Amino acid sequence: MNRLTRSPLLWPLLALAALLLFNLVVNPGFFAVRIQDGHLFGSLVDVLKNAAPTLLIAIGMTLVIASRGIDLSVGAVVAIAGAIACNSLVSAPDPTSAGAAVVAISTALGVALLLGAWNGLLVSVFGIQPIIATLVLMTAGRGIAMLITDGQIITVDNDTYGWLGGGHLLGIPAQVVVAGLILLTVALLTRRTALGMLLEAVGINPEAARLAGVRSRSIVWTVYVFAALAAAVAGLMISAQVTAADANRAGLFIELDAILAVVIGGTSLAGGRYSLTGTVVGALILQTLTTTVYTVGIPPDMTTLFKALVVIVVFLLQAPRLRAVMARRRRPAPPPLPSGGLPDEAAAVLTGGPALGDDEHTPAHAPAPTASGTTGSGRGALR
Amino acid sequence: MTVSDTRPTAPDPAAPPPAGPGDRRRAWQRWLRSTTTGSRTFSVLVTGVLLVVLFGTGSARYENFGSPQVALNLLVDNAHLVVLAVGMTFVILTGGIDLSSGAVVALSTVIAASLLEAGWPAPVAIAVVLATGALLGWLMGAAVHHLQLQPFIVTLAGMFLARGLCFVISVPSIPIRDPFFQSMAQDVVELPGNTFLTYSVFIALAVLAAAVWVLHRTRFGRTVYAIGGNESSAALMGLAVGRTKVGVYVISGTCSALAGLLFTFYMLSGYSLHAIGMELDAIAAVVIGGTLLTGGAGYVVGSLLGVLVLGTIQALISFDGGLSSWWTRITVGVLLLVFVVVQRLTTRRARPGT
Repeated sequence: MNRLTRSPLLWPLLALAALLLFNLVVNPGFFAVRIQDGHLFGSLVDVLKNAAPTLLIAIGMTLVIASRGIDLSVGAVVAIAGAIACNSLVSAPDPTSAGAAVVAISTALGVALLLGAWNGLLVSVFGIQPIIATLVLMTAGRGIAMLITDGQIITVDNDTYGWLGGGHLLGIPAQVVVAGLILLTVALLTRRTALGMLLEAVGINPEAARLAGVRSRSIVWTVYVFAALAAAVAGLMISAQVTAADANRAGLFIELDAILAVVIGGTSLAGGRYSLTGTVVGALILQTLTTTVYTVGIPPDMTTLFKALVVIVVFLLQAPRLRAVMARRRRPAPPPLPSGGLPDEAAAVLTGGPALGDDEHTPAHAPAPTASGTTGSGRGALR
Repeated sequence: MTVSDTRPTAPDPAAPPPAGPGDRRRAWQRWLRSTTTGSRTFSVLVTGVLLVVLFGTGSARYENFGSPQVALNLLVDNAHLVVLAVGMTFVILTGGIDLSSGAVVALSTVIAASLLEAGWPAPVAIAVVLATGALLGWLMGAAVHHLQLQPFIVTLAGMFLARGLCFVISVPSIPIRDPFFQSMAQDVVELPGNTFLTYSVFIALAVLAAAVWVLHRTRFGRTVYAIGGNESSAALMGLAVGRTKVGVYVISGTCSALAGLLFTFYMLSGYSLHAIGMELDAIAAVVIGGTLLTGGAGYVVGSLLGVLVLGTIQALISFDGGLSSWWTRITVGVLLLVFVVVQRLTTRRARPGT
């Protein structure tokens, strides 16, 4: 019981359950899933399908944040990937062929690889603060996408490409399949090998990790490349769904949604620990919320308000100070800590300082003293 | 010469030049150190030079670009951004960030427009707008300080909240016909040489002057820099860390609301989709103005220059005519990159051992 109430996933899961329950009350058919033409249909399937792009980006973002970074440029990468793929499709000799789609998708992924490598270069080699380093591409990226599409919305007609947005595999929407496969791969790679632990070690203290023989630089570089690739796949999905590239609006604010999903899931922005399960729950909360707003009939523009309210509630419940107050019955309150700022050295110094210790009550965003201590929360990340 | 002599902790122009291989490179590094980190206003100077160069390029390439009114229009068109960037500078100096400011601008335009439409007098509407901005800022500051949440996330929630409230108040755009707002929008102050400025510019410059005074002449201002330098040191020194941290978010919220009012004067309408992404412009202006995003170093005057640089780029692109508007974003991105890399190189040299 104690373990349950302390789990960082408790409140996000309760929020998700409450949202689903609310939907069930408003619309009794919400949980109904039917099979039509061999495809799964239903509100829950829709939630999963629409959550897929955000989830993909959030997975990449989780790893970046675990390394004590942040990637603001993913929204721009979404726009660029869609623009490149559609541009490549329309200029192909046979725009409707499967080969053209493969070329388009590979080109988009290749460019995303370069963009990710660029972010990684700025962060890991030049040592620029991640938030600024990726702000560069965030600012310029949408302009670049506009440049590629020449400011137009490019529409394409290609069944293979369209499959990414509207197709099914074994009755399951293609987005869910692709996102699920990538999630599974990441979970296996980071939780069944030492990679996840190394990543957390880098996030806790890059310098110490480097001295301990961890290749911090390559690891940091890799996560930015992966984040860009995940964003590109999401961009292809978004563009395939509408069979068009809209450089202006595709992936607008999706980086913020992804960061929210990651943080709602209990991953600390200060780096050093992460939970893929939490990220999945976070992304599902955001999408269920959006779907709820639609089903209840509230103007969709107001989604942001509800998003803010849910986020505020989840954060208040997760806030280290409030948790400390709740735990005060058992032990005296910890000394007031100065709060952490952006994930930088200062925050680590502040929250990790031994003088402020009290292991039971260190805020959730405080880096844990050892790498081995943090893996416990994530070991069963994907059961 | 010992090894330690080649790595002085403080720039020392009087030291004799080192001999041997690589001495030219060392001398160059030493010169760089003494001109960059030796001078705290170096990055502001660079921004100033860049502004002059950009404006000079424009004047040389395009007819009429060099006229005084074009220069003044940089202020007229960007008065709201100046105020926004001033508020953002306070937050960034403490090592935080305020992503909500663009949304608060939109909320301010919507609140002002809807109150005026409902027949409220202009001064009351203005007071309500400013109070809303201050309240939102206070809430975010309290969450950052008392709940120990990260500023990035708190202000992101604030951004969604403010944007959502806009839609609750009004989805369509509301025009403003209030005589006071109309006169603020249209009346100009004639200056010699057949030029003019709007009242908004004077408000923005007054805010800037007040910010300079607060940052450099008050206890609050010194505490802002101290927190950005090292928060735990500031706390251990007994400075009012909590009050100051909440304070900077209140300042930023109020500045955003005021920027929203200036933007309302400029657009004469209240619309939920106004000012999308304006917080990024403000952050870019602050960074280009030489303020470190890690906090502790920077000047509001730099932010003013940053805003003017952004304005000049926009003016250059609109004067050219052949360039599409999306080049603005690309240019701003490239500028950001250059500034960030230069900042990184200079600060790396500033700290021995890194």
